[in-house]
Amino acid sequence: MADIQKLEALVTQVRRDILRQVHKVNSGHPGGSLGCAEFFVALFQEIMDRKEGFDMDGLGEDIFFLSNGHISPVFYSVLARSGYFPVEELNTFRLLDSRLQGHPTTHEGLPGVRIASGSLGQGLSVALGAAEAKKLNGCGHKVYSLMGDGELQEGQNWEAIMYAAANHIDNVIATVDLNGQQIDGSTDDVLALGSMRAKFEAFGWIVLDIEKGNDMASVVQGLQEAKNLSGKGKPVCVLMHTIMGNGVDFMMHTHAWHGKAPNDEQLATGLAQNAETLGDY
Amino acid sequence: MKTYENTGNKDTRSGFGAGLEALGKTNENVVALCADLTGSLKMDAFKANHPERFFQVGIAEANMIGLAAGMTIGGKIPFTGTFANFSTGRVYDQIRQSVAYSGKNVKICASHAGLTLGEDGATHQILEDIGLMKMLPGMTVINTCDYNQTKAATIAIAAHKGPVYLRFGRPKVANFTPENQDFQIGKAVHLQEGNDVTIVATGHLVWEALEAAKTLHAEGISADVINIHTIKPLDEEAIIASVKKTGCIVTAEEHNFLGGLGESVARTLATSHPTPQEFVATQDTFGESGTPAQLMEKYGLNAAAIVKASKKAITRK
Repeated sequence: MADIQKLEALVTQVRRDILRQVHKVNSGHPGGSLGCAEFFVALFQEIMDRKEGFDMDGLGEDIFFLSNGHISPVFYSVLARSGYFPVEELNTFRLLDSRLQGHPTTHEGLPGVRIASGSLGQGLSVALGAAEAKKLNGCGHKVYSLMGDGELQEGQNWEAIMYAAANHIDNVIATVDLNGQQIDGSTDDVLALGSMRAKFEAFGWIVLDIEKGNDMASVVQGLQEAKNLSGKGKPVCVLMHTIMGNGVDFMMHTHAWHGKAPNDEQLATGLAQNAETLGDY
Repeated sequence: MKTYENTGNKDTRSGFGAGLEALGKTNENVVALCADLTGSLKMDAFKANHPERFFQVGIAEANMIGLAAGMTIGGKIPFTGTFANFSTGRVYDQIRQSVAYSGKNVKICASHAGLTLGEDGATHQILEDIGLMKMLPGMTVINTCDYNQTKAATIAIAAHKGPVYLRFGRPKVANFTPENQDFQIGKAVHLQEGNDVTIVATGHLVWEALEAAKTLHAEGISADVINIHTIKPLDEEAIIASVKKTGCIVTAEEHNFLGGLGESVARTLATSHPTPQEFVATQDTFGESGTPAQLMEKYGLNAAAIVKASKKAITRK
């Protein structure tokens, strides 16, 4: 059984890490990062079967691909807090000579990252390729991926979505962060996505909703259910309903903090709303 | 001068298919992906022998590149196959981020490059792909000249760790390089010794360069002919050594003069040994429908064009 309280305690620390990373360099993407804090903590601390250490091939363990690379602050925080690299290294986010580039990359050798992402719409294809390799290698572990909802406006995703169903890639669990926001406004205003469930189902996927994507118990339960639904001949899609900017009141329910850093005062307000549970870096 | 025998016209894409078939037997990590052009890419034998390692992705090249990048995670060596146009221009950002920047061991294998694709016309005749690919950090760029060399290159790139762009073509052309040759990435092949002009050629223009050298020889001009199958990394040493002897150079390629072999050679010479250079290449233009021979004649990409450029280069010494 998952210790939900322990996971929730990690989430507030991760939110602090996110705010402090983007504040220090006055750049980065806090909104989507905050909205996915529960997902990342649940995935890395509870759901995935991970090996100690890091190797690129990831044989004999579950692996994860982040497609919407701009939410790197939450990815970096959870990777560091899960032991992939020293937590103090979060201090180098977006600085010259850092392994923590603005968008994640393998180029600087940061443990935990298996593909560069940032240019949107590419991560699902990569995850499917890795899932095919796992099948060829006889590795029974799973491949997880995350993409943004706005990102689904990129056509490559639909090539990948079609491919996965046609080829019965049932060892992949693709989560969509449904926060309804993108840089220019709501997804409805920019380019309406319609029913994601209907679209994925029409393409032959098993679809599962996590209605409360910022409630740890719901996220853990939903991802476990997704895991149980995998291996049945179809790819699995998790539609995770989240709130952009979750956990920092003035950042919530708006696209305004998609790619904007808080000032000193805003940082103090945000930190006051999130307990320091594991110690700031 | 050395003579080279054409052992019979064959297409370079069949050399790729034969190389891939051979790799399938010797390297179980080799996988192949194709975007609905299995027959055109000559991937049928690999598909028939190793159906579990062959991935038909449909008309979806962006997904193909991403899948290939993902398959390297787990130790696979993916060979993607489609026309050169759809292998590069159509998926440049996917190659840039998911393959090159991510340092993935993907082999992008591209057929029907250049004008010799023929009647399909300019939509399919990419003349910019060498430039696109050579500008990506870490990308190796190879353009082979005949069947035997394409087969050898296909086998060789599987053993090279890192992304590779392998470019070949559609028509049947002279097959004159040795069977089972030792293909060394980045190593120029010296074909003719000469003192008056250096001709460096890549791809289908290598045979034309040899034909041009014969014509020049008959007129008392001796040409140093070099086959540059690897445009990046470029064998700069071989080129500089040759122009030190000849004092002028002609580059020949089935590609735009912007961004191709000629520009790589010009950069090398400008920084190391400034030398008069003539470019046998397309002149910043699109192609059109026609037979390969008609197109190569019209756009100045044959032995006659190389002869003319050589004479001009010599006058500029």
